[in-house]
Amino acid sequence: MSRQANRGTESKKMSSELFTLTYGALVTQLCKDYENDEDVNKQLDKILCSHFLPRGYNIGVRLIEDFLARSNVGKCHDFRETADVIAKVAFKMYLGITPSITNWSPAGDEFSLILENNPLVDFVELPDNHSSLIYSNLLCGVLRGALEMVQMAVEAKFVQDTLKGDGVTEIRMRFIRRIEDNLPVGEE
Amino acid sequence: MTVHNLYLFDRNGVCLHYSEWHRKKQAGIPKEEEFKLMYGMLFSIRSFVSKMSPLDMKDGFLAFQTSRYKLHYYETPTGIKVVMNTDLGVGPIRDVLHHIYSALYVELVVKNPLCPLGQTVQSELFRSRLDSYIRSLPFFSARAG
Repeated sequence: MSRQANRGTESKKMSSELFTLTYGALVTQLCKDYENDEDVNKQLDKILCSHFLPRGYNIGVRLIEDFLARSNVGKCHDFRETADVIAKVAFKMYLGITPSITNWSPAGDEFSLILENNPLVDFVELPDNHSSLIYSNLLCGVLRGALEMVQMAVEAKFVQDTLKGDGVTEIRMRFIRRIEDNLPVGEE
Repeated sequence: MTVHNLYLFDRNGVCLHYSEWHRKKQAGIPKEEEFKLMYGMLFSIRSFVSKMSPLDMKDGFLAFQTSRYKLHYYETPTGIKVVMNTDLGVGPIRDVLHHIYSALYVELVVKNPLCPLGQTVQSELFRSRLDSYIRSLPFFSARAG
């Protein structure tokens, strides 16, 4: 595949394409497993939260290591720094976009990421609402898994989605608590 | 100049990997206990260093040395710890330890869905690439110095 774009954007575009295609393949495989479209819809509904949130989480716990290896970002000192790194470094690296950070709660423990579109569906047409929920849950799982590996328990959820007709896509991030280092069992 | 041995730990204290190149004296305790001792010591030193620092902390604990060897330490925000013992002639090698994390552990273990995390790395590819890398380092010599 040859591209005219310069190398910088080219590598970012490739990365976001790969990312999107991986999720597309995931959903396609599900559709293949259940041959009947109606069954697919029923299954997608049923397994939505139980299936894709943990899958996203499993992706997240590995993705964070790749992110740290490539970005050389150090430990974040507070949630604001974390928000900056997520939006300006991580989203840029993996999805080629930089969401804006808004709607900070007064306590500084909640913020929103605003994206113009749902980033995971740039290359896919989604005919029904169910699929959009899958993509959303996957991304939320990734964020939760990745942050847990750097000792932050967070909640991530889509509160607006362009796929559902909202003007923007909004992900709400909420800091729950810090996960402390534990000595392995048997140490003093 | 030489590298004696290398430990790789995860955030829960599990020893993901251990390799030896030039070690003339053993610890005198079973390997499992040695790993626990190493991890426990590192945990305490990190906490000590940050508590007792007279200045704002930047990178934290980096290395300690005795009259015979130097222990180099590198930790990621995800709690992956790379520990390398070398002889005294070796200066700061943060970049080397980072390379072991990023180009070896992340590339060959984390990104391999067949490699489970949280346990000793079984990958022969990882072990041999790590071995080649260490042997290629400018401060590694085949004969212990």
